Amino acid sequence: MIAQILADKCNNCAQCVNVCPTFVLDDGPHVPVVARLDACQTCYMCELYCDQDAIYVAPDQFAVEPGADPLPHLGVIRRDHGWDRPGEAGHLDEYRKLGPLLGAGVEIAARRYQAQRRSV
Amino acid sequence: MSIGVTLQLETDVLIIGGGMAAGWAAIAAAQGGARVIIADKGYMGTSGVTAMGGPNHWWIGPDKARREEAIARQSEKAQGLGDPEWMARILDLTWRTLPSLAPHYPFGSDGAGGTYYSGVRGSEYMRAMRLAALEAGVTVLDHHPALELLRDDEGRVAGARGHALRARQDWEIRSHATILATGGNAFRSGLIGSHTNTGDGQLMAAEAGVALSGMEFGPSWSISPAWASTRTLPYTGAVYYDADGRELDIPPSRAAGHAHHRALGHAMLAGPVMADLSHAPEALRPILRHIQPFTPAPFERRGIDLFRDRFPVKLFGEGTIRGTGGLDLADDECRTSAPGLFAIGDAATRELVAGASSGGGAVNSAWALSSGRIAGTAAARESLARKGASAPVHGLGRIAIAPHQADRAIDAAAIHRAVDHEIHGYAHVFTRDEASYAASGERLAAIWGELSAHGRARGAALVSLRETAALVAGARWTIAAARGRKESRGLHQRADHPEATGPTHRQLVSGLDTIRINTQQAEFA
Repeated sequence: MIAQILADKCNNCAQCVNVCPTFVLDDGPHVPVVARLDACQTCYMCELYCDQDAIYVAPDQFAVEPGADPLPHLGVIRRDHGWDRPGEAGHLDEYRKLGPLLGAGVEIAARRYQAQRRSV
Repeated sequence: MSIGVTLQLETDVLIIGGGMAAGWAAIAAAQGGARVIIADKGYMGTSGVTAMGGPNHWWIGPDKARREEAIARQSEKAQGLGDPEWMARILDLTWRTLPSLAPHYPFGSDGAGGTYYSGVRGSEYMRAMRLAALEAGVTVLDHHPALELLRDDEGRVAGARGHALRARQDWEIRSHATILATGGNAFRSGLIGSHTNTGDGQLMAAEAGVALSGMEFGPSWSISPAWASTRTLPYTGAVYYDADGRELDIPPSRAAGHAHHRALGHAMLAGPVMADLSHAPEALRPILRHIQPFTPAPFERRGIDLFRDRFPVKLFGEGTIRGTGGLDLADDECRTSAPGLFAIGDAATRELVAGASSGGGAVNSAWALSSGRIAGTAAARESLARKGASAPVHGLGRIAIAPHQADRAIDAAAIHRAVDHEIHGYAHVFTRDEASYAASGERLAAIWGELSAHGRARGAALVSLRETAALVAGARWTIAAARGRKESRGLHQRADHPEATGPTHRQLVSGLDTIRINTQQAEFA
């Protein structure tokens, strides 16, 4: 669930209030306010759309987690997406491998299971 | 609801929902010359399961033999309940339409000098859909959940009422055609991106008398870390252990299907189940974060190396999103039985293209795109022919809006727990029989009765209470439909009727206070 909006990075543009699919945030005087945490689905969309890298979403979607250091994680999801790069930058060039890699995992599991059955 | 309406709008085509089907419908309707409004419960671009996902589209070039072969394969999976003509339509529309998103979506390389179109990453895809819709002249209203449909004196659905969450005001939009694109019902399982997928459109349409089909084909499940639902790419090669480090006997997913999930679910009843991904494909490790940037986050933020450390997992129900059930369609332009009302994407039945198998994955994405294009085009034509027509309207919403007894506080959290238990309880859902369905149905009927008699709310609280009602209604249709189909077929698996015994029939489920089942012989069997 969304854990922190860092006041020293946030410029209060309210983009996170706009884009949150479950309307967790309200406008605030200095930074947006987490008003409905119980509606947060831990989808990271607020982080992805925050061009100041000012938001940290904690990974547990069922419980509030205390005390993690957000700094190493700020902006990582955004950079991994290549979210701000132009359309021709090729950052989705690996995407075609998704299906084959899913299939490769399924094959690995099936072969391993077969081999174990034979050895029993 | 009628008191305090402050925002009143009028349009040709109103689309309720803002996912991929809604986007394709909006663009098609706008291209057809209609004024179009999208009213989304969340934000068009982030809401719904597509934004967090990576939809692959059923993708076969216009080669007659290859398409026929693909349709034959899919028909086999559909087990007598798919419609080859619908399959051919969605193959063709998807192939012709998806590349049109290129101005807004950064399609990647196919690795052979060409462009890879069929699989798209959800966050960029939905951002592109929003941009394309806006460019086509569509008005997008974010955080504008719909609450009830309007019907005019001629008996046509003529728009909707809802509540604007940010402005805290009710809205009423009159339209000449209305398209439900509210997605499937995930029963609040926690499945990634699905919090808004509460089956709102099915509830509104049922109040207009529309039936559902295919509701018995589920549940389907996805495995994820116990603390966070993610995409499942890294887990397909997983090995599972109990808390003491003993390997569990879990038949692999491809061959076993139902037995795979049953084994996992039953193991989870006994205690924590740990996944070991050290056998995952080597090639995946360095590029996982470039393919699915959301997937590593729940691990890295806990200091877990997902390919080395074992971690506890959970099954997240996929409801009707990967099931096939949804609003029944009355014609090949996605009209429902209620005049003026269309249904598309996961809000509609996928039985036409998925039959008894999962609607999830490539076929479902092709369906969302194609049903959107088809309904958007038809709704524009229909609405323009009716331009200027205006008859008095009344709201069709009853549950949580007009209870038939005194208001009483409703414990929504308790209802959500009860729905979760009936739909996802590992102890009974993998070994269903007549008695188990009957007991679930009775418990859910009692909850519905209480809600129907006493539930009432306004504004944002009404949005929540209507979601609760939609979860219960969806659960009741699911259980009733599954109870009605006294055989096992595709995703529908019963312990007391383990074989597909036929005859191959379609099953319609309808009603709210009283649920009815009707069967019809499948025409395509």
